[in-house]
Amino acid sequence: MDFVMDFPALREALPETILGLSAVLILVFGAFRGDKGMTSISALCGAALIGAAFAAAWSPLGTVFSGAFVSDGVSVFAKVAMYVAACFIIVLGQGYFDRLNNRRFEFPILILLATLGMSIMVSAGDLISLYVGLELQSLALYVLAAFRRDDAKSSEAGLKYFVLGALASGLLLYGASLVYGFAGSMNFNDIAAASTTNMNVGLIFGLVFVISGLAFKVSAAPFHMWTPDVYEGAPTPVVAFFAGAPKFAAMVLLARVLETAFLAEIDQWRQVLLVIAVLSFAVGGLGGLMQKDFKRLLAYSSIANMGYALLAIAAGTTQGIQALLMFFVLYMVDTLGLFSAQMSLSRKDGEPVTRIDQFAGLAKVNMPIAIAITVMALSVLGMPPMGGFWSKYFVFGAALNADLAWFAVAGLVASVIAAFYYLRLIKLMWFDAPVVEFAKAPPETRWIALASGAFSFPGAIVFLIFGSVLAAAAVVGFGAH
Amino acid sequence: MLPAIPNLLSIITFAPLFGAAVIMILRALSRRDDEAVIARNAKWISLWTTLVTLALSVVMLLQFKGSDAGYQFVERYTWFGPISYHMGVDGISILFVALTAFLMPLCIAASWTSISQRVTEYMVAFLLLETLVIGVFTSLDIFLFYIFFEGGLVPMFLIIGIWGGKDRVYAAYKFFLYTLLGSVLMLAAMLYMVNKLGTADIPEMTRLLTEAPFPVDVQGFLWFAFFASFAVKMPMWPVHTWLPDAHVQAPTAGSVMLAGILLKLGGYGFIRFNLPMFAQASEMFAPLVMALSVIAVVYTSLVAFRQTDIKKLIAYSSVAHMGFVTMGIFAGNQLGVEGAIFQMISHGLISGALFLCVGVVYDRWHTREIAFYGGLTKLMPHFAFIFLLFTMANVGLPGTSGFIGEITTMTGAYDWGTWVALVSASGVIFSAVYALNLYKRVMFGVVTNDELKKYPDVDAREIAIFTPLIIGTLVLGIYPAFVFDFTTASVDGLVKAYQAAIGG
Repeated sequence: MDFVMDFPALREALPETILGLSAVLILVFGAFRGDKGMTSISALCGAALIGAAFAAAWSPLGTVFSGAFVSDGVSVFAKVAMYVAACFIIVLGQGYFDRLNNRRFEFPILILLATLGMSIMVSAGDLISLYVGLELQSLALYVLAAFRRDDAKSSEAGLKYFVLGALASGLLLYGASLVYGFAGSMNFNDIAAASTTNMNVGLIFGLVFVISGLAFKVSAAPFHMWTPDVYEGAPTPVVAFFAGAPKFAAMVLLARVLETAFLAEIDQWRQVLLVIAVLSFAVGGLGGLMQKDFKRLLAYSSIANMGYALLAIAAGTTQGIQALLMFFVLYMVDTLGLFSAQMSLSRKDGEPVTRIDQFAGLAKVNMPIAIAITVMALSVLGMPPMGGFWSKYFVFGAALNADLAWFAVAGLVASVIAAFYYLRLIKLMWFDAPVVEFAKAPPETRWIALASGAFSFPGAIVFLIFGSVLAAAAVVGFGAH
Repeated sequence: MLPAIPNLLSIITFAPLFGAAVIMILRALSRRDDEAVIARNAKWISLWTTLVTLALSVVMLLQFKGSDAGYQFVERYTWFGPISYHMGVDGISILFVALTAFLMPLCIAASWTSISQRVTEYMVAFLLLETLVIGVFTSLDIFLFYIFFEGGLVPMFLIIGIWGGKDRVYAAYKFFLYTLLGSVLMLAAMLYMVNKLGTADIPEMTRLLTEAPFPVDVQGFLWFAFFASFAVKMPMWPVHTWLPDAHVQAPTAGSVMLAGILLKLGGYGFIRFNLPMFAQASEMFAPLVMALSVIAVVYTSLVAFRQTDIKKLIAYSSVAHMGFVTMGIFAGNQLGVEGAIFQMISHGLISGALFLCVGVVYDRWHTREIAFYGGLTKLMPHFAFIFLLFTMANVGLPGTSGFIGEITTMTGAYDWGTWVALVSASGVIFSAVYALNLYKRVMFGVVTNDELKKYPDVDAREIAIFTPLIIGTLVLGIYPAFVFDFTTASVDGLVKAYQAAIGG
């Protein structure tokens, strides 16, 4: 590894180096092999991700590239979680496109590139790397959303996501330019110094635009409009990806911007975040009530859940960041599991099961999957002792410690509203008679669904013991605390 | 003396869960077409599991030192953060554990023939429920408590929703959302307390809060958050409306669990949290609780009188009887709190038995309309005796446990305020009105309906279910010290601390 010696900065950025190089090399390989090589390309991409995960865990912490790239506990924690999630998505996608007879080797590579973008996002130390990471991730995701180009809904999802996403990127870029103009620097630490000594309305303006752009990426209300349509239209493995890792990356990025560059101005941005959080509770909770499509339901559920994550950031403490990390690990497992459970269900005539009422009677036909869905649905709505309850435990604990008691109560009440639509799902599965004939479940979706359910309960009981310690260690020294 | 069993409480708590796991594994291993065999196995395994749990809890009762006010059979392992796996029982909670273990085999036996659909799931749900309910009473960590408390909603939701009556879905939703809304407020309060106190350990929190209570305004919020959860569970007027629906729609054994045990979670919570942790707020809000209790006693008794559905009538009578419990607890004196505990145990037996009585006739004629019945004494003499006994116990006839519960809580409340005892005493009369009226309309008179002649009197299985309940009701009515021997020391400590805190 001589070149690593020649470029010492690459030691800190080793996971990104691995991902970037692999993406390029695998792309070349794919160009020669074509679509029939998708299986081996998927395997290579998975191997690259696993290698990157190990590299992330073992590469040294530090700030390199003149402060543009920060590798700290939080970024390592997020990276490992995202790489693992991306691996599962590649497995799901391989099977999904195989069954559709729609193999295209770009899929795993795009996942790899999106992951690289997220990786840069969580390590961003200045506005440039923030934007580069965000765009790399977003561009890959736009393509992924429209990946079934023969399918009208998928194309629509891709286009919608692209147009709105470009608008959000524009907002963010505009905000970043304002921040740069008024702070005189791209670097978060320099901005922090400027915002401490010389806060002015220009910086706040820029800050609000940056928050808005990122709120779009995490689908928080009122920037959530794209979410239900894109969830409904995009291929399910892609949606399973959307719902977890990219939002995690954007949230960590948001936390880093706010708590590194603007920690002195917490009173300013906290209000913004709280408004967004409460709106997300309301939109996610109430919007979900009327949904008939499973993926749209999960879209609204994710909007409400992003409210919880924002509440954790709004706490403005390292406890809040710890809550954010725990929240996302537990939440990502549940969403991955719910989407793969949905993918495991299809009708005898080969059509996928998409409407919620088609889940009716599942407990009679396929008890293990029904139990897994029940556990994960209860988990997302925050019933103890499932994993999702503990994610709320961390978030609301942090919020209460930061004297945000009423917002925590609002979030908890929203979870009761959300309970209604998850109960409907459970009711259909357990109380009603089957309306569709289910085909045999593809093994990988079935196993991922069951494993996610088992992680949610009882696995979380064990995970919490070391997960909370790891998260607590990761947040030490995060941002300007 | 029996040898001490290590981790006895964990074994009692999780034995039913183990049984449920065995049922599921057997089901997974057996062939699909053996539905009848699987169902039979499930029934027997759950019956034996609950009996073993009962036997273990008898061992626990025998080994318990009644003179010791502290927690016994304590187990403690750190989990993560401030949370630990901390189990233990004192004189207050041990009786509820025993009550749960006692009622559970009866529930299984009562469902023996009436449940024919999805038997394995039913048994698993019940065993799961037993674990969760016992866990509520044995956990000494506030989050562990919350897990069990809240987790119990899910199996009960399924029990009502899958095996319930015609409007079961509506009732199941109402039950779930009502109680969930109450308990999320409690969760917020718990998180606040744990963050402030730095421990989630219930005895430790109680100690800290006795030494240095929260400011009264904070206490007020916290008290109210806990109150919201427990008042819904209890249920207190005016948040009781989920109960009649849930009861009417639930299968018989589900009603027994609801009335016999789940309602007691509320009263237990008041004694464990509101009274010792927020003494000043409890005193401040006591008039409110008293007013609601008295309304519950009088108003719901009158409502019960107007019911045309047997189960609904008994459900409203439960609300009225729980009024005595809240009254006793917030009187905050020895007699009141002990009486409240006694009343809860006694009501667990009596209302459980009454719902089983309804189950007896419902299994035969599949209707709960009072007007459908009449003159059953002639056709079912044995059943007439059983039903009469529990009707009388429900009214509070001396010699039955119902009497002791009402007289002690009322005496306790009398110490707190004369008018409370005065008005609630009228509730006793009202309860006689509706209960005797029900008995008259269902059991006495001439047989007007030929349908009623189609089925025989109670059989051996049903008598076997009722016998322990009859013995329990009478024994506690004649010699209440069986309960008070357990409770006195613990309640004494609790009440002394409470009185000291409010400066009384």
